[in-house]
Amino acid sequence: MSRRVSRRVSRRASWIAGLLVTLLVAGVVSYYASAHPDGLEWAAGRAGFADTAEDSAAAGSPLADYGVAGVGDGRLSGGLAGVIGVAVTLVLAGGLTLLLRRRDRQPAGASSSRD
Amino acid sequence: MHVPDGFLDAPTSVATGAVAAGTVAIALRGARRELDERTAPLAGLTAAFVFAVQMVNFPVGAGTSGHLVGGALTAVLVGPWTAVLCMTVVLVVQAVLFADGGLTALGTNVTLLGLVAVAVGYGAYRLLLPVLPRTRTGVLVAAGTGAFLSVPAAAVTFVGLFAAGGVADVPLGTVLAAMGGVHLLIGLGEAAISVAVLAAVLSVRPDLVHGAAHLRRPADLASRPGLRDREPVR
Repeated sequence: MSRRVSRRVSRRASWIAGLLVTLLVAGVVSYYASAHPDGLEWAAGRAGFADTAEDSAAAGSPLADYGVAGVGDGRLSGGLAGVIGVAVTLVLAGGLTLLLRRRDRQPAGASSSRD
Repeated sequence: MHVPDGFLDAPTSVATGAVAAGTVAIALRGARRELDERTAPLAGLTAAFVFAVQMVNFPVGAGTSGHLVGGALTAVLVGPWTAVLCMTVVLVVQAVLFADGGLTALGTNVTLLGLVAVAVGYGAYRLLLPVLPRTRTGVLVAAGTGAFLSVPAAAVTFVGLFAAGGVADVPLGTVLAAMGGVHLLIGLGEAAISVAVLAAVLSVRPDLVHGAAHLRRPADLASRPGLRDREPVR
């Protein structure tokens, strides 16, 4: 690696750092989230239509409501659910964007000021 | 702001489903122009990050909470079309695996959080950029404003959908006041988180931020990683 490269954090290092932060947020920080109803639920209660909400057909999912079915400890259950969600999102969104990306090959040394 | 099943009637849900499907179809084409070898991995990571941060509800006033939507932040980081796709993936994962947001309401949620939040957030960002200094601060102010506006915009759009096809017969003014008021507050949190994350990314890798291309000097372009790999090491 040349000197100029080391001035910046490498792409791989910054990606891994971002992933670690993401896993920390989903796996640990999420436990400390506010349990109050979110803005829409709160407004629905206030305006009087909260009771029209129906259970999603996915309500029986083993990960429903951000917990892992069968894991008793709340911290572990929520943290695991978060990590699983991050992994699934990363695979789906990452796979999709990798499929869609441009793979134009430029001759070595070509100046690329487009983009 | 994940709409559950039951709030909106079937015709409205079908209509928002069609809007969402059309938006995703267009985004699949548009994102090709935004994604390359450098930015595609960042886009996947951004979607996962949005999923994670959406788990962390922050308290808003008494008895209610909000969480990041992330539409504006994602659009500035990886481009608006890619942001539509990232938000859609997050919403699908949440609805299918975590029962967060209804399944028949999935089109509604993609419309609100994938389309409206991204379009308003990124639109405001683009409109503000020319009148702000061409600096990192200018980018952060524009992005923060876009992030702030994106949340009440999505909330008001929901009220519009509720007016068209809300199942309950309740006064619209009450719905609008409650939704608008609480989401103005949540918008402040949205802006704060978006600015903090964008500032962090800009300090580490400004070259990877889609919406900050105008900050790049020619020297930075020359040292872009894609080219760097092919440069002879001196």
